[in-house]
Amino acid sequence: MEKTQLDLLRGTLDVLILKALVWGPLHGYAITNLIHRQTDESLLVEEGTLYPALWRLEGKGLVESEWGLSDNKRKAKFYRLTPEGRRRLREETKVWSAYAEAVGKLLNATRPPLTEEE
Amino acid sequence: MSAVPIWRRYARLFGFDVRSDVDDELQFHLESRVDELVAQGWREHDARAEARRQFGNLHDVQRKGQLLLMEMERTRQRSDYWDTIGQDIRYALRTLRKDRVFTLVTVAILGLGIAANTAVFSVVNTVLFRPLPFPDSQQLTWLTSARDSSARNPGVGGLSLVTYRVDVFEEYQRRNQSFQDVTAYNPFFGNSEYTISGRLEPQAVAGVMVAENFFPVLGVKPLLGRLFTPEECKKGGRPALLLSHAYWRQQFGSDLSIIGQSVTLGKQQVTVVGVLPDTFDFGSVFAPGQKFDLFVPLVMDEVRNWGNTLAIVGRLKPGVSVVQAQSEADVLFPQIKEVLTQKWGDYSTTITGLKEFVSGKLRRALLVLWGAVGLIMLIVCVNLSNLLLARSAARSKEFAMRTALGAGRGRLFRQMLTESLVLSCAGALLGLVLAYGLTRYIAHQGSIALPLLSSIRVDSDALLWTALITVSAAVLFGLAPGVKASSANVQETLKESGHGLSAGKNHHRLRGVLVISEVALACVLLVGAGLLMRSFLKVLDVDLGFKPSRAAVIKVDYDGADVEDGSRRGAALQEILRKVGELPGVEAAGVTDMLPLGRNRSWGIRAKDREYQKGEFLASIVRIVTPGYLGAMGILIREGRDFNWLDSSKSERVVIINETAAKKFWQGANPVGRLALVNGRDARVIGMIADVRDQNVEASAGPEMYLPMTQAGPEGGELVVRSALPPESLGPAVLKTLKSLNPAQPAAEFRPLQHIVDRAVSPRRFFVLLVAAFAALGLILASLGIYGVISYSVVQQTKDIGVKMALGASAPQVQLGVIGEAMRLTLIGIGVGALGAVVAAELIASLLFGTAPRDPATFTIIAVLLLAVALLAGYLPARRASRIDPIIALRST
Repeated sequence: MEKTQLDLLRGTLDVLILKALVWGPLHGYAITNLIHRQTDESLLVEEGTLYPALWRLEGKGLVESEWGLSDNKRKAKFYRLTPEGRRRLREETKVWSAYAEAVGKLLNATRPPLTEEE
Repeated sequence: MSAVPIWRRYARLFGFDVRSDVDDELQFHLESRVDELVAQGWREHDARAEARRQFGNLHDVQRKGQLLLMEMERTRQRSDYWDTIGQDIRYALRTLRKDRVFTLVTVAILGLGIAANTAVFSVVNTVLFRPLPFPDSQQLTWLTSARDSSARNPGVGGLSLVTYRVDVFEEYQRRNQSFQDVTAYNPFFGNSEYTISGRLEPQAVAGVMVAENFFPVLGVKPLLGRLFTPEECKKGGRPALLLSHAYWRQQFGSDLSIIGQSVTLGKQQVTVVGVLPDTFDFGSVFAPGQKFDLFVPLVMDEVRNWGNTLAIVGRLKPGVSVVQAQSEADVLFPQIKEVLTQKWGDYSTTITGLKEFVSGKLRRALLVLWGAVGLIMLIVCVNLSNLLLARSAARSKEFAMRTALGAGRGRLFRQMLTESLVLSCAGALLGLVLAYGLTRYIAHQGSIALPLLSSIRVDSDALLWTALITVSAAVLFGLAPGVKASSANVQETLKESGHGLSAGKNHHRLRGVLVISEVALACVLLVGAGLLMRSFLKVLDVDLGFKPSRAAVIKVDYDGADVEDGSRRGAALQEILRKVGELPGVEAAGVTDMLPLGRNRSWGIRAKDREYQKGEFLASIVRIVTPGYLGAMGILIREGRDFNWLDSSKSERVVIINETAAKKFWQGANPVGRLALVNGRDARVIGMIADVRDQNVEASAGPEMYLPMTQAGPEGGELVVRSALPPESLGPAVLKTLKSLNPAQPAAEFRPLQHIVDRAVSPRRFFVLLVAAFAALGLILASLGIYGVISYSVVQQTKDIGVKMALGASAPQVQLGVIGEAMRLTLIGIGVGALGAVVAAELIASLLFGTAPRDPATFTIIAVLLLAVALLAGYLPARRASRIDPIIALRST
């Protein structure tokens, strides 16, 4: 795939953030980096959308935040998954896989489906 | 991630700061990006610009962040708040469950207090505050003619003096500008007492004559059918009647087809044109304690020459005040007098709001009742404060432990308040159940002559009031223990041996003050109740002038009741009285048209040969009676003789007057044998009787005259029978005799004369009963309080008492010490209470009867009663103290 930056589908960002937090608490900057790297730099999350998304997730109780010190000893706000967030991530992942599989099946098809008479 | 820096813990110390939270977070992001760019070889300055560029619209994100975080913070605070409250409530429930006896006692005390308050509030609210049950009832007014001029002739003349002639009413109705309309009814209910028959067994019914526009002015719409038409209200119109809802339900089984049917009323066929709604209770507004079954048109032309027959109710125009209507009336009535050339004196009128007329007289009594339950609630609070204090002393270890574990003082304080709130809510639930029962009971006491009684109920206002007193009570009685709990000295308390003697003393003093205030409050309450009770006994003791015991009354229907010529009536009545007199056990019997303490009317009377001052009021209550009535009632004849059957329609007209009338019209000279003018006609005074409390048990009699039924037109008839036999056993025989003489005789109740007296004193009895019950409750609570404090202090001083006994103090000495403490507190309480009672007694002075507000007997009895109760309450713990075994007491800490 060309190294084009993919536009994020609406609602996708939330799942990505939740997924990013699966391995432990992260601050916002680390989340962008993680998503960027994990998607082989094909997804770049803009700060202007990341932070509002984080705050909304916190408002919904899917993540919670706490102030801490970053690796370079700066104070940073760390986000972690709540149990509710973890549950949501599992559901969304299932939906996403099913969706991606379905879309993939069609887009990768080489011949039209068999007609019913056969 | 590293641990939270210590300063962050205090970030919220000065309230949360959303702006810097957002700024900090985004700043960190930018810094990190700059670091990364620098690491990639950018120059610091350029890196900074690049980071900003990549970020995009920083301001926009900042604004969004502030909004979102603000919202989040609000939600969080709310849930924090509810969380703690939930915790507090759970904790309170747990501790209260552990202490079951304490909880039960507390809730019971609170329940009683709140029940009394809610019930009395419901009464006060219904009678005093709630508007009358009519649309726009604030526009409704009552007109009283002031001819009574009460200052000069207190209680003289009765209803006739406060009512209006038809022409005066019509003239006023035509001339006034203040009212949308004025209407009238005939308050001489005897004019409309009938025997109903036709569809039913003949029975007596009470009706009211109302003007055509009576219901429209009040805003009452019929439930079924229609109101009266103008034709039905004209002389010779088609007879019609409206049924009250209650009568329709009881006698006609709520039969819808009754409309348009006719019943026999007296001797007339009358059509039922409508049924009134159950929200309309004529008696409860206009004639408390009486029941009315039906309404008939007041035909103005029929009563035009009856004299003063109308009570007037008006509906003011919107925006017109009672004062404006009054000043108009002040001008109008003298004009009307001139136009009509009235010789009946002037009709100068006082206009009051209808609500004021209905309940104004009860205002003070009800406020006193309200005050009494307020005192009860205070006593309840003091009592609970005491109980909770004792309990918090026992729990001081628990509080100290929680403080040591980091519970803030505020939190402990809140915890105590939550506990008291939980308690008082439980008490409120119990109280509401009791109050609901109590108000239902009161509302169904139809025989109590209090207005609006039947509509008393626990309504939303009462619920609000209950909530209010519940919360205030919780705060009031939770405050002292709360402060105590949160200010406990942790170290002192936790140290096993540290008994905190000084703290204990403080504690003890506070409890002493509580007991004193409790006794004082109870003292005020008891003295008030005592004074009212004494007044009530005095009222019962009043010499009525007739003897209600061993006499009973039945409504009687007789031939010739409504004819001008009295001879037919005389014959019928003589026969009735002869037959009834022959019944075994009957000592005396007589008929009157109106009994004392009930309805009345007055006619003009004066001595024929005397001159009177101009303006002197020359009329008196008149009762039309048969020979034997005075004897049957037990009324004493002072001079002269009773009527006999020789006083007939053909013989000389005769009259008997009472002592007050003799004093008034003959200036004290013996009137017997002299000529009087009764309604302008000569009548020979043949007797003078002792005064009878004719209108009011509590007011001395006005002038009265009695005329024989053969010579004057009676309004109905009441047969009074004096007998040693109980009314229940005599009743059937009397009724059978009456029926045998007159088949139209209604199946009326044979009721003891005492009932009439009872009804007259029922409002006072009602108040006294309630106040006495509240006072008893107050006394019980106060004694519980004394008992609690003394026995608690005995427990606390177990060690001291043990030491004293080990040093040789005898059991009586120990007992004396303990009882002395109880007595000391009680005496101080009585002293304070007596002062309060003097003030309270002045406030209720107008409600007293024959009792001075500082009645020494009442004050003494109450003081002795309180001391006796304190003695008992102190004795029980004292006995326990004297049985303390010094060895055990000293060994145990």
